[in-house]
Amino acid sequence: MIHFDNVTKVYTNQNRPALDHVSVDVDKGEFVFLVGPSGSGKSTFLRLVLKEERPNSGAIHVAGKDLARLSNFKVPHLRRRIGCVFQDFRLLPNKNVYENVAFALEVIGKPRRFIRKVVPEVIELVGLEGKAHRMPDELSGGEQQRVAMARAFVNRPMILLADEPTGNIDPATSIGIMKVLDRINRTGTTVVMATHDAAIVDSMRKRVVELEDGKIVRDQSRGVYGQAY
Amino acid sequence: MRANFIFSEVWIGLRRNLTMTIAVIITVAVGMAMLGVGLMINAQVGAMKGYWDDKVEISVFLCNKGSAMPACNGKAITTAQTKALEGHIKGIQGVKEVFFEDQASAYKNFQESYSANKALVEATKVEDMPQSFRVKLVDPDNYQPIIQAIEGQPGVSQVMDQKQLIAKFFDLLDKLSFYALAVAIILVLAAALLIGNTVRLSAFNRRRETGIMRLVGASNLYIQLPFVMEGTIAGLIGGVFAAVILIVTKVFLFEEIAGYFGDVTAQLTWNDVAQAISITMVIGVLICVLASFVTLRRYLRV
Repeated sequence: MIHFDNVTKVYTNQNRPALDHVSVDVDKGEFVFLVGPSGSGKSTFLRLVLKEERPNSGAIHVAGKDLARLSNFKVPHLRRRIGCVFQDFRLLPNKNVYENVAFALEVIGKPRRFIRKVVPEVIELVGLEGKAHRMPDELSGGEQQRVAMARAFVNRPMILLADEPTGNIDPATSIGIMKVLDRINRTGTTVVMATHDAAIVDSMRKRVVELEDGKIVRDQSRGVYGQAY
Repeated sequence: MRANFIFSEVWIGLRRNLTMTIAVIITVAVGMAMLGVGLMINAQVGAMKGYWDDKVEISVFLCNKGSAMPACNGKAITTAQTKALEGHIKGIQGVKEVFFEDQASAYKNFQESYSANKALVEATKVEDMPQSFRVKLVDPDNYQPIIQAIEGQPGVSQVMDQKQLIAKFFDLLDKLSFYALAVAIILVLAAALLIGNTVRLSAFNRRRETGIMRLVGASNLYIQLPFVMEGTIAGLIGGVFAAVILIVTKVFLFEEIAGYFGDVTAQLTWNDVAQAISITMVIGVLICVLASFVTLRRYLRV
């Protein structure tokens, strides 16, 4: 589903590469934690998957597509198959929960009847039933993140990228967030989650890819956060 | 495509940048009005040129007995000289027709022209009027060589071309239309920059929305369309104002001016006005769309 082959990314005005000859394979339906200290290249990895950045060398395949050969014109279609969740939720403050989720479908031109059908379903999936008409500022952080996940998942993407989704949320609430991510993963969606949260990684027992200074230092199935060899 | 979604985005954008939008509308309106006025003056000049070209002719005045003109030496033209002169004029290249105006008909014309001034008409006798040849030209603009060919011929007291008189007036009109077009170009430039800035502000105001749109895979067209529409709508409203200004100008300025000439053929027609309005509208909207697109290319990258 995601295939990095010897990928190097150096940002302009920086000597040290953000990603340094990284090769990794993520299969369909996998759940992968991307761990490592700040600046280790986790976010760069996610941005490369979205083709927000282009690698300096190496090849990236996402959902069977070679990103280097994907024209700019087709990038939006790639992104429709990838959902994204961020630490800061990125909700629209002047739209309620329903509208925030529906926005993702409206802007890719989905018909209204389809939107009316699927948005309530996905709101229920993330556990926000009955809160469709709340505004974001009336919700807790955990609830806001659930809205963001609903928005990311509403178009049934093949891949869900989560960049520190529990970074702004207390541990108790984080468990709920992880349950939603697990539920999404069980529908067959590949999940890649960048995180610092050791407790969550340890409790989930999923594949762990650890980055340090842009290099993969560990790739372990059913791994934990710390050095547990 | 969800039209009502796009339109609600456009409406939000226009309202959030109301002052900038108004500035754009005013600049576009004034710029396009100047452009339109320039076009209308051009049309007017064209209409008047056509009208005058039918009428202008060269007058070749012949010597009278006791004529004050130095070319005559105080002697009247002889019949033989008149015949020879007529032949000479007819032989010049570019001459279409030659009429002879004798003293009696000259006096009649004079009486008509100065009917308001009774004393002058009464003081003037038929014998005072000069005989003349009236020469029509194939190309009324090309009068110079023909005048030169006639001047200095025996018995010719003076050669006058009406074209020389109205040429000054046409020069003035040409200058006016040139200035109007120059001002229009400057204002169009200003409008383009203003639209660019407005779109930039708009894009900045809605960077959250556009960020999410990019993330969920909205196509570039979908992301950019609301901004381009904002520019286009502002341009259209400006164009409508410009059209109103042009119609008012036609009614209160051009018809007033045409009234002085008292002839229908020299008037600017509504057809000309409609043409000027459609040209300015198209240019105004095109500029808005282009300015929006160019700005968006810089601020809304994939």
